[in-house]
Amino acid sequence: MKSRLIVSASPHLHKDESVSRIMWMVAIALIPAGAAGVFIFGTGALRIIILGVASALATEGILQALTKRKVSILDGSAVITGLLLAYNLPPKVPFWLPIIGSFFSIAIGKQIFGGLGQNIFNPALVGRVFLMASWPKYMTTFTQPLRAGAGFDAVTSATPLAALKEGKVLESISKWDLFLGLRAGCIGEVCIFALLLGAAFLLLRGYISWHIPVTYVFTVAVFTFIFGSRGLFAGDWLFHILSGGLILGAFFMATDYVTSPLTYKGQVIFGIGCGIITAIIRLWGGYPEGVSYAILMMNAATPIIDRYTRHRVYGIK
Amino acid sequence: MKKFFNEFLKGIIKENPTFVLALGLCPTLAVSISLINGIGMGIAATFVLLGSNIIISLIKNIVPDRVRIPCFIVVIATFVTIVEMTMKAYSPALNRALGIYVPLIVVNCIVLGRAEAYAQKNSVLNSLFDGLGMGVGFTLALLLISGIREILGAGKVFGFSVVKGFEPVFVLGMPSGALLVIGLLLGFFNLLKNRKI
Repeated sequence: MKSRLIVSASPHLHKDESVSRIMWMVAIALIPAGAAGVFIFGTGALRIIILGVASALATEGILQALTKRKVSILDGSAVITGLLLAYNLPPKVPFWLPIIGSFFSIAIGKQIFGGLGQNIFNPALVGRVFLMASWPKYMTTFTQPLRAGAGFDAVTSATPLAALKEGKVLESISKWDLFLGLRAGCIGEVCIFALLLGAAFLLLRGYISWHIPVTYVFTVAVFTFIFGSRGLFAGDWLFHILSGGLILGAFFMATDYVTSPLTYKGQVIFGIGCGIITAIIRLWGGYPEGVSYAILMMNAATPIIDRYTRHRVYGIK
Repeated sequence: MKKFFNEFLKGIIKENPTFVLALGLCPTLAVSISLINGIGMGIAATFVLLGSNIIISLIKNIVPDRVRIPCFIVVIATFVTIVEMTMKAYSPALNRALGIYVPLIVVNCIVLGRAEAYAQKNSVLNSLFDGLGMGVGFTLALLLISGIREILGAGKVFGFSVVKGFEPVFVLGMPSGALLVIGLLLGFFNLLKNRKI
């Protein structure tokens, strides 16, 4: 007779979630920002996004087949990496830049460590920093939104943060324009409204927790308010939040499950660390923007944060 | 003869100083920016290895054990001085390009490592072939690394541009690129090694 007593280890209650489902949800949450980027910068941006995602998928599939592992290009993680990498590129880069970037992200940033869940650094940011160090000419040439350059294919322009770094006064650009994304910048980072839409979806569904993004953005705000260019306690903190890749980084890249701390306490430390490094690079560093470097540096610190914020197991000192 | 040949060959693949023993990485990182530098450094190190291995295996019985390291260093430094002066006389440009890394061959861990691990325990002829093999292995490793870095990182071979319109991968010419290339090659050689067994 078949035994009807089922013996199994806890947990006994399951939610209908899987890694791949969460990954696809994050990819869906990224759609509004990409759509806004395409709307603002034109179809050239769409081409970059498609190339980035396609080559990320191809690299993942080919490498997994070569190393005789299970080919898991449909689990959504490579799609996110490709999307995030493309979102971090200026809208007028040559077509091979997203391809090489995605290849580097997946091959060096992820598969070399053993695939999904094993990587130390956020793959998309690894790719972006590689491109930034290799072809700075293309990575720092930004164009104006389509509407501003009426009659031309594209009008190059500095990003608000780069202009700030050069000491220019930024009266011409309003906070409302920054919020809607009507400024020069990377494809996916400009439209704060669309990014917040996607982030709200992820937060409400519980796919990401508020700890990293909120502490990150808050720390940047406090730092830029205190030490901003207009003197102590008079910085334009709202400008710093709305410009650059802070919102994209804080909600979609710093919250990467693999490379961020496990506990809430650790996540708060992670967020504050990211915020401090970002603010330092923006205010005193050589680069106008520091979000990617800040997140990568804190990625490196994640194992040690995890070690010191481990939950105390009940019954053990 | 076959024995000597094996001593020579092991330095090139099985015990390659850079990719298997992971010795002498600092000069490798620093000078592997162009093929010319790689060859120059490789030949200089090979000469020093050869000379120091022979002399050290000759004097191994008269050097007291407690002071052997200083004695080895003196021998090595002698050969490094010869190399440096020769280089200054006949190839000042290369000497400028390699800079401090020529005198630093004195403390190159391949040279001292072979003296300590091999030459002081083996016969003169064995040591000679060991030094030669290690030197050639080091030179080949440098050629591989500097070739990748020069071709991809600067778009040049021996200082001449090869492909028109190629946009060099700038990062490979920087120190971080050296670490990246060496790391990937180390992984690749480990993969090869593990496959065979």
